Amino acid sequence: MSEILLQIDGREVKAEEGMTILEASRTVGIDIPTLCYHEKLEPYGACRICTVEVETRGRTHLVAACLYPVEENLVVRTRSEKVIKIRKMLLELMLAHAPEAGVLQDLAQEYGVREVRFEKEPSFCILCGLCVRYCAEVKKKNAIGFVDRGVRREVSFIPEIASKECRNCKECFSLCPTEALQARFLLTEALMSPSPSFEPKSEE
Amino acid sequence: MPRINSPAELEELRKDILLKRDQNKPCIAVCTGTGCLALGAANVVTAFKEEIKKQGLEAKVDVRETGCPGFCERGPLTVIYPEEICYLQVQPDDVEEIVSQTILAKKVIDRLLYVDPITGEKIVHESEIPFYKNQMRLLIGNNTKIDPKSIDDYLALGGYSALSKSLFEMTPEQVLEEIKKANLRGRGGGGFPAGMKWETTRNAPEEVKYVIVNAHEGEPGAFMDRALFTGNPHSVLEGLIIGAYAIGSHQGYIYTRHDTPQLIDNIAIALTQAKEYGLLGENILGSGFSFNVEVHLDIGIFVSGESSALMKAIEGRTPEPRPKYIHTSVSGIWEKPSNLNNVETWANVPPIINRGSEWFSSIGTEQSKGTKLISLAGNISNTGVVEVPMGTSLRKVIYDIGGGIPNGKKLKAVHIGGPLGGSIPESLLDTPVDFDELAKVGAPMGAGGMIIMDEDTCMVDVARYFLNFLTDESCGKCVPCREGIRQMLKILTNITEGRGKEGDIELLEELSEVTRDASLCALGGGASNPILTTIRYFRDEYEAYIKEKKCPA
Repeated sequence: MSEILLQIDGREVKAEEGMTILEASRTVGIDIPTLCYHEKLEPYGACRICTVEVETRGRTHLVAACLYPVEENLVVRTRSEKVIKIRKMLLELMLAHAPEAGVLQDLAQEYGVREVRFEKEPSFCILCGLCVRYCAEVKKKNAIGFVDRGVRREVSFIPEIASKECRNCKECFSLCPTEALQARFLLTEALMSPSPSFEPKSEE
Repeated sequence: MPRINSPAELEELRKDILLKRDQNKPCIAVCTGTGCLALGAANVVTAFKEEIKKQGLEAKVDVRETGCPGFCERGPLTVIYPEEICYLQVQPDDVEEIVSQTILAKKVIDRLLYVDPITGEKIVHESEIPFYKNQMRLLIGNNTKIDPKSIDDYLALGGYSALSKSLFEMTPEQVLEEIKKANLRGRGGGGFPAGMKWETTRNAPEEVKYVIVNAHEGEPGAFMDRALFTGNPHSVLEGLIIGAYAIGSHQGYIYTRHDTPQLIDNIAIALTQAKEYGLLGENILGSGFSFNVEVHLDIGIFVSGESSALMKAIEGRTPEPRPKYIHTSVSGIWEKPSNLNNVETWANVPPIINRGSEWFSSIGTEQSKGTKLISLAGNISNTGVVEVPMGTSLRKVIYDIGGGIPNGKKLKAVHIGGPLGGSIPESLLDTPVDFDELAKVGAPMGAGGMIIMDEDTCMVDVARYFLNFLTDESCGKCVPCREGIRQMLKILTNITEGRGKEGDIELLEELSEVTRDASLCALGGGASNPILTTIRYFRDEYEAYIKEKKCPA
């Protein structure tokens, strides 16, 4: 592996070829916030909270640090004015869905998001996909997936698989940044196996 | 069909086809493009066939079902060859008269002709009608001359000569060089130089490479690729094979819509016929070069026309874009280098090879060469597909070709580039059709869909319409696109329902900026364009709508 020299927030950073900006930053303790990133999973680039500004070949771009590969002489700014503005807006947008989520509240505090200007629509889920990807990539079970698209996108357990696989696993629960997942599982479980008292009585 | 094994055999076959054809034999060409079919062209064709049978003229008169010539507004269209008499809005009731009067008695039927709205003059020939006269129809002009289901029709017009020339007279490097020199820019929206893209894929280290036709055309108000590909499928296929040869690819894909049955049929027939003649498949024309094509149908979502999403769909996965820090031209389908170009880009390749890059780059502007297909829709007299040299002003497209705004109304705005494009006001009508000039005024050309709007149009409603479209058509993967669009649509809906409030415009601008800058793919990147341009040019209208609870328009 050849060594790559780049600059992050004014600091010279040595990285290995194939590393992402996020990985390189972490080796020197520069903190870039993440929500949909997990070490065990393929980078996904959906929450965009890790957006940073890069300068390459004289041009400035905004990129996802969890995916962008390091390059020789790359200049990275992890907290430029533009980056902060983006992160604040993204937090505001996500807080409209999951106002109680601890990770979001902590980040909101850090970035000074004081109010949410959007109507609250608590779906509790920010669609980071950690559960979906963990189940697919690590457990290789695909018991949970995305359904629908655009603004109607949501995660859903696949009852046929979930009824066999999930009760003894539940490893994805702890990954969920908003606790939406447990609620969804309880709902699926209830729909899959109604408790005897709720079973419709047969007509006599 | 005999297999053709050399360029000489191809020319022999072409000669044979031409010999069997009498250029003076009357031919009734009826447009069976989507627009004309919707207006009843199928019944017109049946009526012609029956009438000709009834009169015992089967051996003397041909009836040809052609692709779309573009003048959709006046369909069903019929052109009588060899005189090129153009009849508009032909109905089955007119058929008997056309056969007895025009075909047999050689008389023109006045009432079916185009009438110039200004001079009142009746125009007999297709090429003299202002709609056609002011165009440069390099790509779509052959549509009336061929039956898209007949490869012989395409060969009769010189088809596949560019392929033969490429394979036998040029090296792949020379073909690539010619396309680079022509400065052919991608017609799908980005305007990226096709030659450079080809070169990237060609130079990528992987052995297996793919070439793809993007025939998705998902934007509302755009129908030019469909008209071209349905009407002349071999022109696109020939371009694709030449590109594959230049790039070093042996497998191609055509990605198109599941809901265009006529196009799907015509592609399938074209592929079969090209294979039978040995113009596709193993050892093409005996050159040693082999290339196969597979057709892939979409699932009907706008974002699946985005290159990385499209490639995932071909792999059989959900069409969700991925960040393209590594370009698809280097790592695309199954992580192999994959060169994607749109229908119109591919169709430009054979003429460039045949007539040379110098000829091609003599057409157009400094940085935008060749012609551009445009679909005209909305409040315009002549709805249809037009083709103009780059550099033509929007004013000329709308007034000289499009016939202006109907019902005595004034033009208010032109929306270019679909849901990721922008709306520009009347004052900018002298802007030329040019990738860079249009981008400068905030209305990037996109694929070439143009929606004309008259004075009664509310621009806030227009922005709302496009945002509403995108809420369904985004994949929903990344936060800025999914949530940004959701909130922008809410604000626009509030304004249009009389619940707008102070600060809405500023919040829209703030959301627009973040959605544009932070989204994962070009859909989110362009989603706020309709809002940004309507605010830029029609801010008064937003302000009045918020203040007075109703739109001034």
